[in-house]
Amino acid sequence: MKPKFIEQIVKKMLLAGTGLTILILIFIIFYVLKNGLAVIDLEFLLSSPKELGRTGGIFPCIIGTIILPLVAIVIATPLGVGTAIYLTEYTREGRWTRIIRFGTECLAGVPSIIFGLFGFVLFVVYLGFGWSILSGGLTLAFMILPTIIRTAEESIKSVPFSYREVSFSLGGTKWQTITKVVLPGALPGIVTGVILSIGKSVGETASVIFTAGSSLLIPTSLFDSSRTMAVHFYLLAREGISMENAYGTAAILIIIILLINSVAYWLMHRFMAKFL
Amino acid sequence: MASKIELVGLSFYYGNFMALKNVNMGIEAKAITALIGPSGCGKSTLLRTMNRINELINGTRLEGKVLIDEQNIYDARTDVMELREKVGMVFQRPNCFPLSVYDNVSYGPKVHGMKEKTQLDTIVEKSLKATWLWDELKDKLKRSALSLSLDHQQRLCIARVLALGSEIILLDEPCSALDPITTLRIEKLLLELKNNYTIVIVTHNMQQAARVSDYSGYMLLGELIEFDQTSTIFTNPKDKRTEDYITGRFG
Repeated sequence: MKPKFIEQIVKKMLLAGTGLTILILIFIIFYVLKNGLAVIDLEFLLSSPKELGRTGGIFPCIIGTIILPLVAIVIATPLGVGTAIYLTEYTREGRWTRIIRFGTECLAGVPSIIFGLFGFVLFVVYLGFGWSILSGGLTLAFMILPTIIRTAEESIKSVPFSYREVSFSLGGTKWQTITKVVLPGALPGIVTGVILSIGKSVGETASVIFTAGSSLLIPTSLFDSSRTMAVHFYLLAREGISMENAYGTAAILIIIILLINSVAYWLMHRFMAKFL
Repeated sequence: MASKIELVGLSFYYGNFMALKNVNMGIEAKAITALIGPSGCGKSTLLRTMNRINELINGTRLEGKVLIDEQNIYDARTDVMELREKVGMVFQRPNCFPLSVYDNVSYGPKVHGMKEKTQLDTIVEKSLKATWLWDELKDKLKRSALSLSLDHQQRLCIARVLALGSEIILLDEPCSALDPITTLRIEKLLLELKNNYTIVIVTHNMQQAARVSDYSGYMLLGELIEFDQTSTIFTNPKDKRTEDYITGRFG
């Protein structure tokens, strides 16, 4: 075959692949919104579910979906950014850092149901937190740690070495250099990682059902059980309670995740523009 | 009288590569000393031993002594942060922080613990005036330093060092990113600053060394070949290798 002919075929195949990807995305969004938007109104958003969710709204689940990722972020961000600072600024690249990095990559590969089991055994049973926002938040925190560490590490590394050099040459200590020069420069990247992690934990089901439970009451403390929208959707659909309300929940979930990703994308672009 | 900076039997290694070979020289206070020589001769490395900034690079090793005011700065009890407050450095490319003009200049005093706003204001004004930036920038102190012209940025970097209250200023090819007119302006600034500061400048531009410096050292392959008054180096060099370089037969 002539190279020119192959070129044409390859180009068409690549285009088809790309088109298929976009098409699937559009199909999912369209399908969920088409089925879900019908049941969504203010009542649906602001009232509690009745009859296990067959009628009524999803207000407690919205609260759960906000509070659980929030707890996870509050725990995981300092831990993850601290690890990233340690890896990039306080150690020299070597076997030790490679082992730590390999460890965090492995953590990222662990299936979420295993995290759920781990969280159930450790937090719910052994530490006695019960099915609660605390147990769920801690479990989610460990799930999103790899993302936060990785993005923080990359953005800390992308701060030019010359900034560190000048700071040291002006008599700054390592910690002053990190807090005054390195972290401000890396901030947009770190924030992007945090937002992506929020998106990930908002959509998480398997691990949350094991650790935060599925109570439909509005939680009043960290030790209360709570149900997120993702879990609510799963239970409504799985138990055949109400497909309409399941789609309504899914539609809101998808809109939220799209919003979160858009913000992350926008921040990432601003970040790139600043250093390139 | 002892020199402000005294290098005694100074050798420096990057891994196994010997970048400086037994350098001995005395740098006078309140004068400009230029280090000249072809690329890779070790002049920047030599400059960087004087504020221990060379230590940021892994796998380096130093032998000999660097005495500043008769104190060996490589002593175990030297406070490196204090040393760098006393010995400021200006780099090859203007490297302002992506912060405001004000925050750039006040960075040094702040990391050394100055908090008082009025005190910082005074220092910023004084440093900007000394670098002839005050009139142009006094209304733009909140602007990002990165939005300034290269000339202004490099002078801002000098102002940032002045704000430290240094006694010694090390300049590592400070004009290599600047155009000739700007270069002349920086040189004029250095001539004024030498009344109060001890200045060491690395330059690959021999005319620049001739114009601004009182003393010059010619370096080649990590050795200090000749060190003397600039007029002597340029008109009557004792070493054949210096003469070859000065007259442009080499380098």
